[in-house]
Amino acid sequence: MYVAVKGGERAIENAHAWLAEERRGDVAIAELSVEQIKSQLTIAVNRVMAEGSLYDPDLAALAMKQSRGDLIEAIFLIRAYRTTLPRFGNTRPIETSEMECERRISATYKDLPGGQVLGPTFDYTHRLLDFKLAAEGAPTSAPERKASGDLVPHVAEFLNQEGLIEEAPRDDTTPPDLTREPLELPAERALRLQALARADEGFTLGMAYSTQRGYGRTHAFVGELRIGQVAVEMDIPELGFAIEVGEITVTECETVNQFKGSKSEPPQFTRGYGLVFGQSERKSISMSLVDRALRWEELGEDNVGAPAQDAEFVLYHGDNIQATGFLEHIKLPHYVDFQSELELVRKMRREAGADQMPEAAE
Amino acid sequence: MTDYNFAYLDEQTKRMIRRAILKGLAIPGYQVPFASREMPMPYGWGTGGVQVSAATLTPDDTFKVIDQGADDTTNAVSIRQFFEKTADVETTTETSEATVIQTRHRIPEEPLSEDQILVYQVPIPEPLRFLEPRETETRKMHALEEYGLMHVKLYEDISRHGHIATAYAYPVKVEGRYVMDPSPIPKFDNPKMEMAAIQLFGAGREQRIYALPPYTKVVSLDFEDHPFDPSKAPHPCGLCGAEHSYLDEVITDDQGGRMFVCSDTDYCEKRRAAGHVGTLTQEAAA
Amino acid sequence: MQTNALEGGFAQPAQQSALAFRAIMDVLARPGQIKDLSGAIPPLPLSIAAGTALLTLCDTDTGVYLAGDADCAAVREWIAFHIGAPLVGPSHADFAVGTWAALVPISAYPIGTAEYPDRSTTLIVETDALEAAGSKGATLTGPGIQQTAQMHLPEVAVFQHNHALFPLGLDFFFTSGSRIAALPRSTEVR
Repeated sequence: MYVAVKGGERAIENAHAWLAEERRGDVAIAELSVEQIKSQLTIAVNRVMAEGSLYDPDLAALAMKQSRGDLIEAIFLIRAYRTTLPRFGNTRPIETSEMECERRISATYKDLPGGQVLGPTFDYTHRLLDFKLAAEGAPTSAPERKASGDLVPHVAEFLNQEGLIEEAPRDDTTPPDLTREPLELPAERALRLQALARADEGFTLGMAYSTQRGYGRTHAFVGELRIGQVAVEMDIPELGFAIEVGEITVTECETVNQFKGSKSEPPQFTRGYGLVFGQSERKSISMSLVDRALRWEELGEDNVGAPAQDAEFVLYHGDNIQATGFLEHIKLPHYVDFQSELELVRKMRREAGADQMPEAAE
Repeated sequence: MTDYNFAYLDEQTKRMIRRAILKGLAIPGYQVPFASREMPMPYGWGTGGVQVSAATLTPDDTFKVIDQGADDTTNAVSIRQFFEKTADVETTTETSEATVIQTRHRIPEEPLSEDQILVYQVPIPEPLRFLEPRETETRKMHALEEYGLMHVKLYEDISRHGHIATAYAYPVKVEGRYVMDPSPIPKFDNPKMEMAAIQLFGAGREQRIYALPPYTKVVSLDFEDHPFDPSKAPHPCGLCGAEHSYLDEVITDDQGGRMFVCSDTDYCEKRRAAGHVGTLTQEAAA
Repeated sequence: MQTNALEGGFAQPAQQSALAFRAIMDVLARPGQIKDLSGAIPPLPLSIAAGTALLTLCDTDTGVYLAGDADCAAVREWIAFHIGAPLVGPSHADFAVGTWAALVPISAYPIGTAEYPDRSTTLIVETDALEAAGSKGATLTGPGIQQTAQMHLPEVAVFQHNHALFPLGLDFFFTSGSRIAALPRSTEVR
């Protein structure tokens, strides 16, 4: 005889125990340490920090270990932790013009003040599996040079001196924060950039790529891509001045885009902007392209109906925690709704004379 | 979980949610935007309902959680455990014992009283969303009370199928003003929404809260020549013999055998304890 | 009543504000019904119920308008310490508190917009007495009321006009001592 299913509680406990066992894997093999993840899987750690909106490499590495390497799951752990943290205050805007650059390249000038610095990039590696890494080898070291300590100027400033690129004046108004206020449309650029900085790397990449293939083309050049450390400073009212509370690594991309000009504006270049925690080149370039595509309205361009021009579409679908939650929830029980559809389909088929009503088991 | 505040959320977040609940009650059926927080369970698992419950529960409450009508479905168990740990509330599976009931996809069969609160988990709060995907457009439609699109959709169903082809999340009109999504409850449950309890709806991912005060007028959309029909499977419950409860269909073998049993497990157990029997129970006893 | 701004908040904020919110929610969901509301001890002239409501619902994100005598140094300091709400004029108020005479005209408060009717002010009206109205008060119908309810109101026409704006409009709490009742915009008043 049928009895209603019981035992959900025990099933959950057992599933969690099994999960913990699978996470650890073969106990004959040394356990992965959080330190190892933090120092050797840095690009993944950076992604977890960027999309988790929390700059903390230790926590990001811990989340990756806990999530068995599922980065979206790790981002989720970080987000859920982050939201419980109290806010002590706001920092000053970081000054990327004062960045200690590890990498700085421009696609628009052959050479320029501050130079082209390749830094630790995959760009010119041949993508050949390095079987030496399968064995534990001796540590390698790169040649070193003393840092000049000079500030590296932004490429867009050279264009700006000639008036060839739109002005991007400093704006000290407090930007909105979509983690504290519900998203409201139309969204101003600062809010769009916040959403993009947190958005899924794959989604942002796909959106950016679509603009390159003609769905809202913006003719982007990477004016500059820079990666390095910047100081984080906070005003302390009791002291009456700002103190440095730490240093973070960020990737900044500024694109230089074609612009035809309008009735009020002479022809000039425009900008797209991307800023992401850690070394996150793909994400920051993608972000710049999508940012630029979303600016069609303020720049008086045509809306060609491209997905990347549609702020509502981009902002509502770029968050991987929202997306994966709603996507995966369809595996939860839906038998009540399904039953109501089943009855409706049966009723309509019956009325259409399509088939007989199936009888319940007697 | 001593590291976290009572009912998990910090007080400022609870205040923000509470203010949204009050606006929802003052404007029944209107979806109040709120700054939904990331919860320690995924979006889609009831984060909206959980936030509303967290902002509503007091240490004196007795809490019940159902999913698909049942207390023992895995996610109902998980949410119940979450509040046992974080809010230290009493929990129950008995509908009449509960002061706050969080639900996914069902309204309990037993009528709720004035002392109870029903909290719904809502996936897509916007009833017009599948007709118009843009929030900017649907917000205008609600502002202008422009619901023609919904009526056209329902009427097209009738002309194509002879019926309104919506079996769950069947749209309602609240107090003659807002068209509202009742969450994905079967349309069988729609008439129960005019009730003595307070009803609160939380959509976490979509960042909306809405509400119905007790006895609010809730009318399922229909047409004069095609009145609303809250039908269900034409069977009694195989276990308790109930004629008027919503049923789950259970496949019992690979020969086309199936049976129908109450989806509301507490209701069914109570009836059986009171001596009601269904055809299956009779057979088993014979 | 205490006078020290540092006192009179909740001793157990999470639990007390949860209980207070339930009383506030209950009365708003059932217009005309009166409930006890206490927990905070605000400085005069604020009532315990009004102080508890402010402490439960307001924080740095909500503008509060102190009308008439409520706008005094003791109340300002108490709000600054326990709530942190910015004090604003009526046109920017999320919440306003004071006697009816001090709060009017109600045309001074935002009633929300067609797209966002929730962007409106909630008024906390301090009254001398809050008692079951019997058959003497105004007759209320609408959401939250099974048949009809009765309530004493400072006047009738202004609440009828407010209801006519629905879904826009203002929502009202009435407080006296440690008691509270409510009249949301959805209620029809006769």
